[in-house]
Amino acid sequence: MKSSPNTELFNLAAESVAYENTVVLKNITLQIDRGEKVALVGPSGAGKTTLLRRLYNSVADRSAYVDQHYALVHQLSAFHNIYTGRLDRYSTFHNLLNLIKPQKQELQEITPILGELGMEEKIFEKVGSMSGGQQQRVAVARAIYRGEDILLADEPISSVDPHQAGTVMEIIIENTETVVVSLHAVEFALKFARRIVGLSDGEIEFDLPTKEVTQTMLTELYRNGKPF
Amino acid sequence: MLKTSLFFVAIALIALLLADLEVSTLHPWTELSRMAWGALTPDVPSLWNLKLALLNTVVFAFCGIFLAVILGIGLAFAFHFTPVRLFCAFVRAIHEIFWAFIFLPIVGLNPTCGVLAIAIPYAGIFAKVYAEIIQESDRRPLEGVPRASGGLSRFVYGILPIIYADAKHYTGYRFECALRSSAILGFIGLPTLGFHLETAFREGIYSEAWALLYAFYILIASLRYWLTPRLVPLYIAASFVLLSRTITVSWANIVRFFTYDLLPWPMRREGVLDGTREISFAWEPIVSWASEIFVHEAWEGIWNTVVLTQIVLVGTGVFALLSFPFACRHFSGKIASRISHYALIVIRTTPEYILAYILVQLWGPSMLPAVWAILLHNGAILGFLCSNNADLVQLRIDAPGRRIDRYLFEILPRVYGQFLAFLFYRWEVMMRESAILGILGIYTLGFYIDSAISDDQIDKAILLILITVLLNMGIDSVSQFVRRRLKISTKLVTSL
Repeated sequence: MKSSPNTELFNLAAESVAYENTVVLKNITLQIDRGEKVALVGPSGAGKTTLLRRLYNSVADRSAYVDQHYALVHQLSAFHNIYTGRLDRYSTFHNLLNLIKPQKQELQEITPILGELGMEEKIFEKVGSMSGGQQQRVAVARAIYRGEDILLADEPISSVDPHQAGTVMEIIIENTETVVVSLHAVEFALKFARRIVGLSDGEIEFDLPTKEVTQTMLTELYRNGKPF
Repeated sequence: MLKTSLFFVAIALIALLLADLEVSTLHPWTELSRMAWGALTPDVPSLWNLKLALLNTVVFAFCGIFLAVILGIGLAFAFHFTPVRLFCAFVRAIHEIFWAFIFLPIVGLNPTCGVLAIAIPYAGIFAKVYAEIIQESDRRPLEGVPRASGGLSRFVYGILPIIYADAKHYTGYRFECALRSSAILGFIGLPTLGFHLETAFREGIYSEAWALLYAFYILIASLRYWLTPRLVPLYIAASFVLLSRTITVSWANIVRFFTYDLLPWPMRREGVLDGTREISFAWEPIVSWASEIFVHEAWEGIWNTVVLTQIVLVGTGVFALLSFPFACRHFSGKIASRISHYALIVIRTTPEYILAYILVQLWGPSMLPAVWAILLHNGAILGFLCSNNADLVQLRIDAPGRRIDRYLFEILPRVYGQFLAFLFYRWEVMMRESAILGILGIYTLGFYIDSAISDDQIDKAILLILITVLLNMGIDSVSQFVRRRLKISTKLVTSL
């Protein structure tokens, strides 16, 4: 896959990541360009989260990240959690104002995002009292509201009901220019991503346009994963 | 855990043999019956004349706590720097009354002195506890906050909401403590409740003394009805307005204190004698001045403080272990456990200093009143905590029916680790109390500090306070070492 340097966003060349002597990523070479929609697939422990975090660290200030554990403040409402996505864009005074009383403009911006995710009526509800799927959708909403060109999402539909997962994926893919998303559910990767990177045991097994990924490759990928 | 416990019990038994525990008053029981009669006939109308003292007690506490919270939050964020941590440990180790002694020559005997005496040590406490709460809170949500957001925005969206409940709860508890501190500051002459309490007890007007004590209990018991987050800013503002009329700060005094009064006597001696107030400096006389104090006063003070502390450490534990079953649902009926519960709250609410003062009136100055005062106050705190924790334990359906079996095999093993952790956590507090009770005539460090203050020897008092601080910080690190070695923490394991 060739591209001109000015559209190149990520470029890892034979990189390894290790924590306390445990190698998590081995010799990863990966290049992602502006406008790509990439899915990372692979069994648990393959290194998907580590790879996403590695990518995020290089573009932290101009990207949004959906944490696999949502990273929400349970004591605050959905509105406030979503507003958090843009804290760095407003003055401290404006942030305090919104904390005390949600402002009209922010409400007008945040309500439709929650609406698309089917949670408009939950806007003032405390996140701590929501179900896992609802919390996850708030985490996605926060990333969308942040409105950056790059979105990195770690298992963003793992807890969402099957009948809503498609909608959530669509919102993730369509709202942002460049998307890298790790997915456990292979069928969603095949349906929404345009490029699929298969990871297993810290190594890239394959990196292909979605059309070229076969069922055999996927079965093989998951069979090579760590035994249970 | 058992070995460590027995080790400390053995030390306490030896200390008990060495301690002076005699009753020196001639008619302790007559006095007690008069006191008891006073408890039954509180002079409520007299409270009207003392309303200002009650108001002052609350106002000092509000202003002190407010300043302490602001300083504490600031320090909490710098708590990972060792100098800050040591500074906080240092200011915490000095009791409020000793702080008042220090501020006395600087600002005079007025409300500013009282407020600062509460604010400074509490700031050190808040810094430590807030830092711990932040450290133990869920840090993941902060990762969801954009990194480039301003510090305050990150704090109010990513940290404050998570720690708010814990921090609020702890600050509320500390406000109750500040009311106690504020009350006992009256004993050294500040215009709070303690001032009138001391007068009433000293002159034997027990009905008035009890009316004041009852008013204090009601004040604390009613906290949850009037101390609501919405009204707190109002209270604080009103308190500062009330105080602002009396705030006096004299720079000349502050400068004089730090550049003159504080200096060891040998440095000032010649200047005082020839009237020039000049300062001279020579190592030898200063060292001999310090060693003189150490040999003649500090050593005995340290010895008695440590002996008293070791006795009350174990005494507190025994009291807590014996008292908590009475307040626990697994051992007592509904009504009995409620009554015991409230009894523990009342004992805990009474400041140990006031308890000790009353007991000294009864038995005369020896370690006996100090032992009981510290033991009752801390034992009730610990007993209350243990009973709450024991209540959380879900007993299996076929748990032993006999209470003693249930206590020894089901409940005690589950709460003992946390009990021990809390006991050692309060070790340092008990030592601070042991030192301070010297003011009542027991030969602990406080006795010598109080005498130095009465003789206007600020340099000596400061030296002795520094010794007390070092002793305290030493005990604190021993306590941390013991807790870490036993792998016990103040957090409870309820399911198992």
